[in-house]
Amino acid sequence: MDSDKIRSAYSEWEKRLKDTEKKFPSRPVKFTTWSDMDVPLLSTPLDLETENFDYMKDLGFPGEFPYTRGVQRSMYRGKLWTMRQFAGFGSAEETNKRFKLLLSHGQTGLSTAFDMPTLMGYDADSPKGRGEVGKCGVSVSSIEDMETLFSGISLGDVTTSMTINGPAIVILAMYFAVAERQGVPKEKVRGTLQNDILKEYIAQKEWLFPVQPAVELVVDTIEHGMKHYPNWNTVSISGYHIREAGATAVQELAFTLADGLGYVDACLKRGMKIDDFAPRLSFFFDVHNDFFEEIAKFRAARRIWAKLMRDRYGAKDPKSWMLRTHAQTAGVSLTAQQPYNNIVRVAIQALAAIMGGTNSLHTNSMDETLALPTDESVMIALRTQQIIAEETGVPNVIDPFGGSYFMETLTNRVEREAIDYIRRIDEMGGMVAAVERGFPQAEIANSAYHFQKQLEIKEKVMVGVNKFQVEEPKRTIDTLYIDRSLEARQTQKLAALRKKRSPQAFEESIRNIKYAAESGKNLMEPIIAAVNAYATLQEVCDALRDVLGIYRDTGSF
Amino acid sequence: MSNKIRVLVAKPGLDGHDRGAKVIARALRDAGFEVIYTGLHQTPEMVINAAIQEDVHVVGLSILSGAHNALVPEIIDGVKKAGLTDALFVVGGIIPDEDIPLLKKEGVHMVFTPGTSLQEVVDYIGKNSPVRT
Repeated sequence: MDSDKIRSAYSEWEKRLKDTEKKFPSRPVKFTTWSDMDVPLLSTPLDLETENFDYMKDLGFPGEFPYTRGVQRSMYRGKLWTMRQFAGFGSAEETNKRFKLLLSHGQTGLSTAFDMPTLMGYDADSPKGRGEVGKCGVSVSSIEDMETLFSGISLGDVTTSMTINGPAIVILAMYFAVAERQGVPKEKVRGTLQNDILKEYIAQKEWLFPVQPAVELVVDTIEHGMKHYPNWNTVSISGYHIREAGATAVQELAFTLADGLGYVDACLKRGMKIDDFAPRLSFFFDVHNDFFEEIAKFRAARRIWAKLMRDRYGAKDPKSWMLRTHAQTAGVSLTAQQPYNNIVRVAIQALAAIMGGTNSLHTNSMDETLALPTDESVMIALRTQQIIAEETGVPNVIDPFGGSYFMETLTNRVEREAIDYIRRIDEMGGMVAAVERGFPQAEIANSAYHFQKQLEIKEKVMVGVNKFQVEEPKRTIDTLYIDRSLEARQTQKLAALRKKRSPQAFEESIRNIKYAAESGKNLMEPIIAAVNAYATLQEVCDALRDVLGIYRDTGSF
Repeated sequence: MSNKIRVLVAKPGLDGHDRGAKVIARALRDAGFEVIYTGLHQTPEMVINAAIQEDVHVVGLSILSGAHNALVPEIIDGVKKAGLTDALFVVGGIIPDEDIPLLKKEGVHMVFTPGTSLQEVVDYIGKNSPVRT
């Protein structure tokens, strides 16, 4: 490449551009990404030269270090991404029906949303959860609810993702216990538990215990999974909620990877070997509005993780280097105004996730900002993925933006800025310490406020919200409503369960949990025994709260 | 105590979505109000106590979980019974259109749904807060 020739032609072109801009000035908007990074008008081979771009070092080949182009050699030609629509509402019976509907329409994995009381470790009959039972997900208080949730679905034939964190160890125990009752061999149990407690303190805020003991519970599940469930992903290290809480793309990436490092350090401290557990760590990112920024984020994520695993931790197994990820389109980008526009947003975000090489994808439904999605809108969201897969030609080729002057420069910049954050967190003593002092929380709150102020002055535009508004007709699409009587029905079921179980077996199982918690033993087996003895979610969590303590919000803003 | 309008921003229930509440709290503070933010996971009793202790002019409730019909009336009732009869009650969050008249009947003065600008909230509270002598 003749750089001098390009450089002189470029400066000639820039002069002509200035003349053009005199006649046709740039539109009076700020040309930045959605996360407010400056974007050049044009990128050229000169930018790659400035970056010292090195194909083998920076990109390499798909399925090989540093995985910038994707974690599989043949990517979507070999296997399309998993189309995994998150579902869960009301009772276990209702969610079970939705699962069966999605499976019959070609969905390939199940994904479970739990309601707020379940997420906080309270049973459906707890006064703490009044008005929230079954509202934002399914209510699961006991192993009986878990059995109903997957009734008629063999847990050896599906992969299941469960989005729960604070009491994740209890829900996982219920799932493993149900699989065992169904007679499914342990190696055939496949799926993912979110179980990423660090990002709860940072962003999603559904916590139970103080930070350090909560991280130890995560390590318990990783250790148990490593020994007994070789095909289960025990943690899904999640940037989604961090982003939705207002983080920029770089903050999402940096805090997520730093959370991952937090778990890795905790596992190593427990005496586990990096290549024994790192291959089962998986990730979950948001995919937001800015098309290029999002693609760059996915590419940079894989490259940073691979380097950290190999170079910082000395992992030898290539599976430890690979960042496998699920993605979900950005809930915060959806608007209540002109809700059909959301179908378009979701389609473009989904395209970015696929161009970015995601391994699994949830596309949001257009009505999610109003209420839980209806069957029809869930179907449109799934069809969006199927249209991209079958009609656009996009999955035919790997990493189509690879080598783009702009994309490579942007990927490098996202990587640099994320690494800078990771270094600052390292200096604080790692993510547990950073969370305890509120560092990522404050960074996100600042970004959220900054973005809101940009919206106010229309520096950032949301179509239908601060530009192109119309007089909205009253509710134009059907939304799903949850029956308020669910709370009473669940309460009755729990009363019956407590009556029919053996009180001795129940009490002994709770004693065993407390003993294990006090003596720092792995809690997974005592909890599996307890849920099999029909201890409820809250009974197990209360036993743990007694020993481990509770966490309270500091209320800073 | 200063003459500033005191606003309680509260997150009742188990709902962890605090992005909106924190952004609103900052905007109100930047606009010159005195803001008290409760933090997450408050029971109705905790919100009522905070409103009384801080003798607030405005009670702002942020709820995105769908639990508004269960939580809001109890809080309004408790705050009024405890003697803050003139407080202005505003609710923000994901509130279906058909629930808004119900909440207003229970004593909510204004419901702000997604897409509301910070300025609208600031202006509304500035104009409608009770004047105490």
